[in-house]
Amino acid sequence: MSDAATSDATETDLPPEVAATIGTVQYETPGEFPVEQGYVYTSCSSVENGNPLFWDPEVAEAVTGGPIAPPTMISVWFRPHHWAPGRTEQALPLQVHFDLKAAFDLPEAVMTDNTIVFHDPVRPGDLLHTRQILRSVSGPKTTKLGTGRFWVIDVEYLNQRDELVGVETYTGFGYRRAAA
Amino acid sequence: MTTETHPLLLSDVQAGDTLPELGYDVTATTIVLGALAARDWRPMHHDHDFAVNRNGTQDIFMNTPNQAAWFERYVTDWTGPTGRLGRMKFRMKGSVFPGDHMVLSATVEDVTTDAAGCGWASLLVTLAVDGDTKTDCSVRVALPTSADDNPWTRRGEQWLP
Repeated sequence: MSDAATSDATETDLPPEVAATIGTVQYETPGEFPVEQGYVYTSCSSVENGNPLFWDPEVAEAVTGGPIAPPTMISVWFRPHHWAPGRTEQALPLQVHFDLKAAFDLPEAVMTDNTIVFHDPVRPGDLLHTRQILRSVSGPKTTKLGTGRFWVIDVEYLNQRDELVGVETYTGFGYRRAAA
Repeated sequence: MTTETHPLLLSDVQAGDTLPELGYDVTATTIVLGALAARDWRPMHHDHDFAVNRNGTQDIFMNTPNQAAWFERYVTDWTGPTGRLGRMKFRMKGSVFPGDHMVLSATVEDVTTDAAGCGWASLLVTLAVDGDTKTDCSVRVALPTSADDNPWTRRGEQWLP
């Protein structure tokens, strides 16, 4: 799924609790609301996207069998509300990334790469869910940022029929800055 | 709207082709509208004081999902509605700020047909400001192989993005 720069990755030096999670589905999370046409219009308007698939129901019916959302909106349907009743803390959208920072005691992190693969179209009314899968963790590496590890995480998006609609792959580098 | 135009076919495209540039004057509204359309409430995309004094950037800046939306719009302006995105890979190199004149450009790197008979164009799309690349995006987009082909009808083993 990923072509991230972890060719020298070694899993043999990983803590067992981290190695055990590689390839394992974690953090299955439902979306907070169904895919909606209004947000499709707002997104298209923000970039002046006049693709008739998103504005003309007749074209959408002829080409895609009915209305769809722009494929690049896939992550939009998962960003939590800014506020919600009863919520005490903000959910983290890529929890596996933060788990790895904690597991390796690496206070800093950057995302170096992001790939999105689009599968079945997302349609207004769909209720998506996601799951996170750790694909690899490198051995210790030193870059100009500091010393740490690269990791590759897939976020899979599925619809209410468990059909895959997209996969986002993130390469993260968790690190500790070199002492000044 | 492009409903009456001839859809771009795979046979219309070859490696080395370039797409018409898209230039756009970015304002604070562009940045804020794009962030909120993507449900990205983080303050560095709408709060100038936070962006400058906490993040240390020169101003609020365009978020990644909104850049993805700009890349999609740019590519499908070229393909028309029968073009279907299969894959996008981003390499972020710098930020886009209010006052920037951003320019999107692209080159066709490869044209192929996969084992399922789906036609693909691979593009390198660049978002630049004053000639300085801010983001590179490799895009794989499916194009009809004939006038009666439609990549959107492909599912399962017929769709290999």
